[in-house]
Amino acid sequence: MTSATTTPNVPSAPNSPAAASAAAPARRAGRGGRPSDRGTGPGAWLFLAPFGLFYLAFLLGPTIWMFVASFFNTSLVHRGLGSFAGLDNYVEMFSRADFWSSLWHTLQFTLYTVPPLVILAFVFAVLTNRLQRGQWFFRLAFFLPFILPSATISLIWVFIFTPATGLFASVQSLLGFTPGSGILADPKSAMVGVAIATVWWTIGFNFILYLAGLQDIPRELYEAAAVDGASTWQQIRHVTIPLLRRTTTLVILLQIIASLKIFDQVYLMTNGGPGISTQVSLGLITGTAFTDNRIGAASAASVLLFIIIVAIAVIREIVERVAARRDQEA
Amino acid sequence: MTTTTATTSTPGRAGRSGVGGAISAAAPPARPSGAGISGRTFTIVTWIVLVVFAVIWLIPSLFALKTSLSENGVAALGANEILSHWYPTLHSYSTLFGAGDIWNWYLASAITGIITTLLTVVFASMAAFALSRMRFRGRTTVMLMILLGIMIPSQVLIVPIFEMLGAANLLNTYWAVIFPQVPAVISVFIFKQFFDGIPRELEEAARIDGAGLWKIYWSVIMPLSRPVIAAVAILTFVGVWNNLLLPLFVLTNPNLMTIPVGLATVQGSFGQRFADIQAGAILAALPLVLLYLVFQRQIVEGVAGTGLKG
Repeated sequence: MTSATTTPNVPSAPNSPAAASAAAPARRAGRGGRPSDRGTGPGAWLFLAPFGLFYLAFLLGPTIWMFVASFFNTSLVHRGLGSFAGLDNYVEMFSRADFWSSLWHTLQFTLYTVPPLVILAFVFAVLTNRLQRGQWFFRLAFFLPFILPSATISLIWVFIFTPATGLFASVQSLLGFTPGSGILADPKSAMVGVAIATVWWTIGFNFILYLAGLQDIPRELYEAAAVDGASTWQQIRHVTIPLLRRTTTLVILLQIIASLKIFDQVYLMTNGGPGISTQVSLGLITGTAFTDNRIGAASAASVLLFIIIVAIAVIREIVERVAARRDQEA
Repeated sequence: MTTTTATTSTPGRAGRSGVGGAISAAAPPARPSGAGISGRTFTIVTWIVLVVFAVIWLIPSLFALKTSLSENGVAALGANEILSHWYPTLHSYSTLFGAGDIWNWYLASAITGIITTLLTVVFASMAAFALSRMRFRGRTTVMLMILLGIMIPSQVLIVPIFEMLGAANLLNTYWAVIFPQVPAVISVFIFKQFFDGIPRELEEAARIDGAGLWKIYWSVIMPLSRPVIAAVAILTFVGVWNNLLLPLFVLTNPNLMTIPVGLATVQGSFGQRFADIQAGAILAALPLVLLYLVFQRQIVEGVAGTGLKG
């Protein structure tokens, strides 16, 4: 696992995989036959219990409940699950045009945000990492928006995108464009506006992941490359990019998962509008549940989104394992 | 290129700090002529590109700040007016603080943030302690459940979580915001990662002195784990403070609303008071900006941890 070597705060960073280093002392203790080690069974469960209860109540439980409710006509108005609906909720979702359009908008948002969030973050990180001084300033500039509340970024960007008088309109007319009816008011461009705000807001996360990855590349590699006559650009192409391939894969998959869960910016900036041009999956789910009071149907939609996201999370896990194994063999 | 094959076999961190620095100081990299962009040109380009983008990245926040320090009347006229008026006023801030709502929101955000953080840090570190330091039957199963938990997108669970909180009569209480955010599985992973690196000898010494499991956790492991505790605590707090989706649906009582929900629900009633709106946006973010300035390192390391191990 690279994770062992990338965490700077682990006091003794073992080059061997974490599992092996943890197993060795255990075996030692076992052979020595220390009584305290044998008695940790029930103790372990006591330590796990508090977190475990919350895990069951608010993570695993709701997941199971969601799957069950998706087969019932559950409503907010009545207690309990309601009548059995079989696959009706799923059939309904599949035949609803707004379900597909919300999925499409979610995908659209993902397509708009992932490339800039990966490429720009990479460029910013590589450039920042080269600086001898002043890194703190760029970290502040690129990372600070990431910890701002979505309510703050939405208020800021809606104001910037105000038609005719907003900062964006001013910049447009400065550059010689005619500011139109406002980027968020036009169904064709509203999602672009949300995407711009999101890229500005969240790039700091990927930027930090890339910086952490860059810090793990030994300097000697660049020096060796320089001795071989590689230019700066060639060093980036042949040393940095290949060595960051794992970070890049993880950043892309993490970013896709995050983008599929988009809700806040859309809710706050456009509320799904104009029309339903920016209605995303989580917006449709909460609308079906809390406006239409149809928990069962909303659960079916949740299950479908859930499956998509978990599928990507599984891919990410597999990629991680394969990469870790390859690192280990090397 | 030869470099790519050389890379995979290089042992990660050992050489970097010591040897690397010495070499680079001793032998400046040779630059043959005609090999594309030279190092110095590249450094200049680096600075220009970074500064341009950093300015672009700073503009939205600075513009919001400037707007919040303007009169509502000036702000309503648009960006050009806001930027050409130089005299700042704290009028919007005093209006917001005088109205009272914002104090309730701050209180709700602070209470939910602090309690969630405490519960998460203690419970997650306890679970991680068990997984890192103890052998017991079912450990593999627990590890699998944790892994599964990381994959579950909790936002998608908003409907069942709402239903469960309703059934437990917890809607419109702070607990409705706190409880669902406690099982942040990623924090167990971050703690476990850190605990795995603490040498066993320390705890064995305590054991010989007769310390029990709880004593070892509380007096040996936790005091050694301050940096990771800080990282998890701050990230949890920031996450709770910024959460919109959950409190938006489980809190309908305006007196209990957290800042993001409060701002979202009253946005319409601000009307043409553009400066007040931006002041609200700034106030929502202010505690986090202060936290960032104080705990930059922990936040940055924590984020790096969530990404690489999540």
